[in-house]
Amino acid sequence: MLALVSPALLVILALIVLPVGWLAWQSVYHDGFTLENYRRVFTEDVYWRSFALTFEISLAVTGIALLLGYPVAYLANSVPKGWSILILSLVVLPFWTSVLVRAYAWLALLQRTGVINQFLRYLDVISEPLALVHNTFGTVVATVHILLPFMVLPLYATMQKIPGDLMQAGASLGASPSLTFFRVFLPLSLPGVLAGCTMVFVLCLGFYITPELLGGGRTVMVSMLVSRNVELYNQFGAASAVAVVLLLSVLLIFFAVSRFISLDRVLGQK
Amino acid sequence: MMRTSPTRIALYAISALVLVYLILPVLIIAPISFSSARFLTFPPPSFSLRWYQQYFANSAWMQATRVTLTVALLTVVIATPLGVAAAYAISQSKLRIMRIIHMALLLPLVVPIIITAVGIFFVYAKVGLVATMSGLVLANVMLGLPYVVISVLAGLQSFDPAQEMVARSLGMNRLRSFFAVTLPQIKSSVIAGGIFAFISAMDETIVALFISGGQFQPLTKRMFTALRDEIDPTIAAISTLMTAASFMLVLLASARQKRSG
Repeated sequence: MLALVSPALLVILALIVLPVGWLAWQSVYHDGFTLENYRRVFTEDVYWRSFALTFEISLAVTGIALLLGYPVAYLANSVPKGWSILILSLVVLPFWTSVLVRAYAWLALLQRTGVINQFLRYLDVISEPLALVHNTFGTVVATVHILLPFMVLPLYATMQKIPGDLMQAGASLGASPSLTFFRVFLPLSLPGVLAGCTMVFVLCLGFYITPELLGGGRTVMVSMLVSRNVELYNQFGAASAVAVVLLLSVLLIFFAVSRFISLDRVLGQK
Repeated sequence: MMRTSPTRIALYAISALVLVYLILPVLIIAPISFSSARFLTFPPPSFSLRWYQQYFANSAWMQATRVTLTVALLTVVIATPLGVAAAYAISQSKLRIMRIIHMALLLPLVVPIIITAVGIFFVYAKVGLVATMSGLVLANVMLGLPYVVISVLAGLQSFDPAQEMVARSLGMNRLRSFFAVTLPQIKSSVIAGGIFAFISAMDETIVALFISGGQFQPLTKRMFTALRDEIDPTIAAISTLMTAASFMLVLLASARQKRSG
């Protein structure tokens, strides 16, 4: 059995374990052992600000995705099967479109001469085009769009397991629909909320394409810090240290969450 | 009574808006790609195939398309058997280490892709795999493996291993019994896994940005570079074709899964 699994394992070891190990090594070793790269990451303004910005954006994206995703998952859970399949297909459809294609679509929609600005001007709502993209706003709009399915699917999976009779029991005991929702349904759906929020937050921490294409160079997220240090400045050590700190943050979050819910629940949703 | 309550109506309205938000960007690309205008205008002034012509007539785009298709096909051909073998071993073995191996095979989904990309770039730089076809294929095999493993493991869950035991007790060896008894029953999940690996390789951008170059640049890398400079409607045409390809493949995969189960 070990022989059967070894080719796949070898690929994983050579192409992800070794490269990540290499990054870790390179972050502390340059003609001798050094913590200089980490000192820079933790003390220099550019790095600090980027990490802070990345966490802020990830929090905002997670919060918005939860607010948008919860009603959709709730609706999909409460309608007849045919409708819920339709709703879920609409949620999953964008999932299978390339992230790059969707980033391009958002550029087409949001830019100064884009669809939304033209439409608003046509309606005479605005006289000057709004700056909807090449800033943090555009990044957040597109990132939420790309990560929303990762929120809806675990939410829906958890809601499916909540027995419908519980709600009826609540109602028959005289509770109003909103009371049964807040006291019965919402608490039971929290594992799904946690699973969805974890996945969205963690994916957002390492997001690259949307901030790079829609951020207009001002929204420098951690992933861009990594790529710029490699491509523009040839600062391999600094890039590695940033990557290691990012990876540790992700692993720490997964570890913390795994104490509350099974990780399969978070990862099993693709 | 529930159905007409104001909260219910609000729920419908919010959900409808969210679904529009999800779908609109996917659908907006097609009309742009068929527009005659140089700049994005909506509604498009007139119907035209000029961006498609520009795509098919451009040798750089065609070369990139060939690279993408070759990489995606090779990825499927390599990742599928590796993933099937691994999933089979994981489902059959009771060794404790298999749990760890299972987790390791899902690592590509956990490690932020930008980190994977930079790490692979450094390793490839040492061994001379940057800007090569084999380097690109290998990286995509790694990224596609989890999809095959997840899909096939799900397929194996509904398969009764006793059937294979019967075949073996009737004198087939393990290999033959796998191909004669097990594989036909998990075929759909294998095909679905392969299709997902194909789509993953076709859409992969970030690793390619770092490790591909020269004549071995996939479509996504060229698109990304083009998008950074200016918005060329040719990209809308390519995007429409890519999206159509993805959707057809997903439909194929889900049709197969439904038939099996």
